Amino acid sequence: MALYILRRVLLALPALLGLILLTFVLSRVIPGDPAAALAGDAATPAQIAAIRAQYGLDRPILEQAVVHLRQVVTGDFGTSAFSGRPVAEEIWQRLPATLELTFAALLLATLLGIPLGLVAALDHNGPVDHVVRLLSVGGLAIAGFWLAIMLQLVFAMDLDILPLRGRIDVPLGLPPRVTGLLLVDSLLAGRPDMFWSACRHVVLPAVTLALPALATIARFTRSGVLETLQKDFVLYARAAGYGRVRLAAIYVLRNAVTVTVTQIGLLFGALISGAVAVEAVFDWPGLGTYAVQAILSADYKALLAVTLVVGAVYAVVNVAVDVAQAIIDPRVAEDGR
Amino acid sequence: MIAPVLSVQRLSVRIGAARILDDVSLAVPAGGTLGVVGESGCGKSTLLRAILGILPRGAEVPGGAVLFGGRDILADGGASARGRIGFVPQDPYLSLNPVFRAGDQILEIMRRHAPGTRRDHRARLVELFRAVQLPEPEAALAKYPHQFSGGQRQRLLIAAALCCDPALLVADEPTTALDVTTQREILALLQGLAAARGLALLFVTHDFGVLASLCESVTVLYAGRVAESGPTRDVLDDPRHPYTRMLLACHPDRATALAGIPGTVPAATAQPDGCRFHPRCPLARGDCALDVPQPVLHRGRVIACPYHAEALPEVALA
Repeated sequence: MALYILRRVLLALPALLGLILLTFVLSRVIPGDPAAALAGDAATPAQIAAIRAQYGLDRPILEQAVVHLRQVVTGDFGTSAFSGRPVAEEIWQRLPATLELTFAALLLATLLGIPLGLVAALDHNGPVDHVVRLLSVGGLAIAGFWLAIMLQLVFAMDLDILPLRGRIDVPLGLPPRVTGLLLVDSLLAGRPDMFWSACRHVVLPAVTLALPALATIARFTRSGVLETLQKDFVLYARAAGYGRVRLAAIYVLRNAVTVTVTQIGLLFGALISGAVAVEAVFDWPGLGTYAVQAILSADYKALLAVTLVVGAVYAVVNVAVDVAQAIIDPRVAEDGR
Repeated sequence: MIAPVLSVQRLSVRIGAARILDDVSLAVPAGGTLGVVGESGCGKSTLLRAILGILPRGAEVPGGAVLFGGRDILADGGASARGRIGFVPQDPYLSLNPVFRAGDQILEIMRRHAPGTRRDHRARLVELFRAVQLPEPEAALAKYPHQFSGGQRQRLLIAAALCCDPALLVADEPTTALDVTTQREILALLQGLAAARGLALLFVTHDFGVLASLCESVTVLYAGRVAESGPTRDVLDDPRHPYTRMLLACHPDRATALAGIPGTVPAATAQPDGCRFHPRCPLARGDCALDVPQPVLHRGRVIACPYHAEALPEVALA
């Protein structure tokens, strides 16, 4: 098992290296002169040339690539053209907010999606199955930004039971940063009031983000359970006298979710890109709003850094998925896939 | 006559328009062994599922009973017989869930149907592993199904069948998925265990060699009905129902030239009227297509053919 995990980690490294080089190439084909953008509208050609030299943009392209690689590996993403602050520092500020949101959404989608898929499969073509199908088709069809606004209208404006925007009630301040995740830090600081506020704030954006993922997870779980129910070992277990609930919820489900788990890893990418719109609507201070701002101000250093960080998180999540896969089905680790 | 541990009485099963089983009766005496033979599609699996209380969804039982220990299994979905009937399935490769430890899968059966604590169960299971001659019985508890060979998996499943101290073992062609040398070992094991524990054995097979060596009596099924039943020796030495005679003539050990039965087993949705074998039967005559043959008692066996005393024409056996 340890060997398997090591192998998955090592296999993720070339993917990350490729990503770093790809972002570098992308940065060179983006139209517009970054030096000119940095220098501002009133700059003279001489000033632009000076900035070009200062940032090494006049060096040979291969040399720039190597420099880029070295900087990225050491965590140096350069200085933001928009704020003038180090990009790495800004990302470090904002990454936890996005992680908190996406993981909350993923947790919600998984905890609801798997049971929904299971009950739908157990009631194959029955009323429950139809309701779940309706929900999941709806969940995939509804546009996230529209849903976000509707949820705000109903729960924040009309009913006034959940906050409209932000991560926490401003007067409460912030807990001391340990992980950057407010839900965790508030508990570490022993501040239930902060925790409760952070919980209330994360509900609407997480629900918005979770809905399409929930639909996908429910659908994959349903088909996995239906397929597993056809297996000989299920018939055997029934003959041997397994209890109904245990048979469905544990014996069948563990086989069925192997496909779902792979899907969850892939969904994470969709969640992060979905977070861009959701963060904008809910004024969530994460990477999504940061990326939007970077795009609008042609802050290419910030954009590249966001791309890289998101890619790295995605790679880590998928290594975790591979490990989860091997825990669920012990044959996976032994096949040495 | 010893009281039967399992008695199937005039059982009929339908699934939609398909008449899978029709008026099937058989009995397994306590400590006795009964073989059930027949071609694929004759209703063997449905009979097994009825006995195990796991008839498929949509199956109807217009009549009959499956009595085990004096109670009708059909009435309570098999609940009263769980653990008391051990089941050895056909395919050891597909019958264990690959993502759970084999030992845990058996312990779960014991948790539900055997008295005692988990510690007792583990101890008893190790003992059973030893009884079925599984190598390293202690270590076997922690292994997953794919870490065992086919023969070892069948031993695991036999241990599982025995784990709740049953009165009856039901085996569904337990050796067809295994290679020949392993087949013999598994059969000898089953026979030895059944004899040592005084278990009754219901054995579904289409191997006459297995039948002859393992079963005291035999029931031959054809298209969902009993064609002939009686002591194995008698039936094999002197088959009377035309179907049994032709089936035995098909067997390479017995046939002088390789024979066959013309036609195929009818589909369960299109059973012929009268005797279901008559379209393929060389002795068939007008009334065979009209009347369902009533079982005749003949020298200690039951034969569902009024013309069983007649000789088959030579061509049919050639």
